[in-house]
Amino acid sequence: MTEKPRAVSDEELHAYVDGRLAAERVAELEAWLAVDAEAAERVRAFQAQNRALQALLDPVLNEPVPPRLTETVQRPRRALPLRAAAAIAWLALGGIAGYALHDWRTPPVVTAQFAERAAVAHVVYAAEVQHPVEVTAEQESHLVQWLSKRLGKELRTPDFTPFGYQLVGGRLLPGDKGPAAQFMYQDSHGARLTLYVSAAGEGAQSSAFRYEEEAGTRVLYWVDRDLGFALVGELDRTRLMDVAHVAYQALNF
Amino acid sequence: MPNHPFEEHIPGLRRYARALLRDRTRADDLVQDTLERALNKFSLFRRDSDLRAWLFTVMHNVHVNQIRSASNRMVTIEYNDSEMTPARGGDVTALHDLANALERLLPEHREVLVLIGVEQFSYEEAARVLDVPIGTVMSRLSRARERLSILLEGGTAPQLRRVK
Repeated sequence: MTEKPRAVSDEELHAYVDGRLAAERVAELEAWLAVDAEAAERVRAFQAQNRALQALLDPVLNEPVPPRLTETVQRPRRALPLRAAAAIAWLALGGIAGYALHDWRTPPVVTAQFAERAAVAHVVYAAEVQHPVEVTAEQESHLVQWLSKRLGKELRTPDFTPFGYQLVGGRLLPGDKGPAAQFMYQDSHGARLTLYVSAAGEGAQSSAFRYEEEAGTRVLYWVDRDLGFALVGELDRTRLMDVAHVAYQALNF
Repeated sequence: MPNHPFEEHIPGLRRYARALLRDRTRADDLVQDTLERALNKFSLFRRDSDLRAWLFTVMHNVHVNQIRSASNRMVTIEYNDSEMTPARGGDVTALHDLANALERLLPEHREVLVLIGVEQFSYEEAARVLDVPIGTVMSRLSRARERLSILLEGGTAPQLRRVK
């Protein structure tokens, strides 16, 4: 081999140390290490770090587990709330997990029907190629004014660009207590996220975030004063939660 | 009664908690808080995903929340200079120095080092556990290893202090 081996990136060095480098690249990288003493030294140092960390921490595995920890998981779940028990039963049946994230002892002020409506609206319109929205983001101020007027509440479009989602536009929909608004967002891969808003009805109280899986999609919903909000998408739950926090802050005025 | 599915993961969770907190009692408290939170949220666990990775995710979240509430928005890391003794003598001293060095790393550096180097998670899994992009895992890992090298070489690195 007369050709000089291809240079390696820092990332590849670490991947090699961790045994995560693609097999076909290992030989090339080892050829490079043979000529780059400094890189070889770093590799040795990082491998030694992994071994030392294992030597430091692995003995914990051989310690007897404190009884309080095993008891925590063995103890029958006292006062397992009915809703959670029902949710687990549903899961066991391969059904939909309907489960409030926080504070499941208080009855939800927005019902699961609200989440379901938001999920169905998402599934129907997020799949729409030609007409995903009635009013596009180009007319954002008109869109917000129009939907605010129809719902009789001041609405806003939260900025989800930090998560890579741009506003596509919005539409008016029938909700179970009057008109509902749907704002649609999309990322650079075409994945869509919708924010569904409608009046929460008389006597509604602000609530914690609640999570449901509905119609094959994920819904985080909450009530802030007299409006119900649902954020719907295919994101994983923690990410959806992050986006929901931003939405909550933007809409809580 | 059959063992709870969490049970086989308790030793691994204890090992990771010990890396995060060092003190055995505090580390086991973190494990217990993690188990309790995981039990409450178990219905949200997707059956097609990896239980072990999910439990580590729960521990990460519990730990981060504890750090946040404890420091109330300000994270200050200060080191005791008297502990900065370079490695000397046998393995016990070396391990003691390593434990000291590990404790001096930023929490997010400590996490990637241990998740990848000890718990043997892939970069993708570590990214999911920490809920950050994989590029962030890679850059943290790189900085963590450089930083640990400096600390282990005798503590000549500038004092690390972060105020958020």
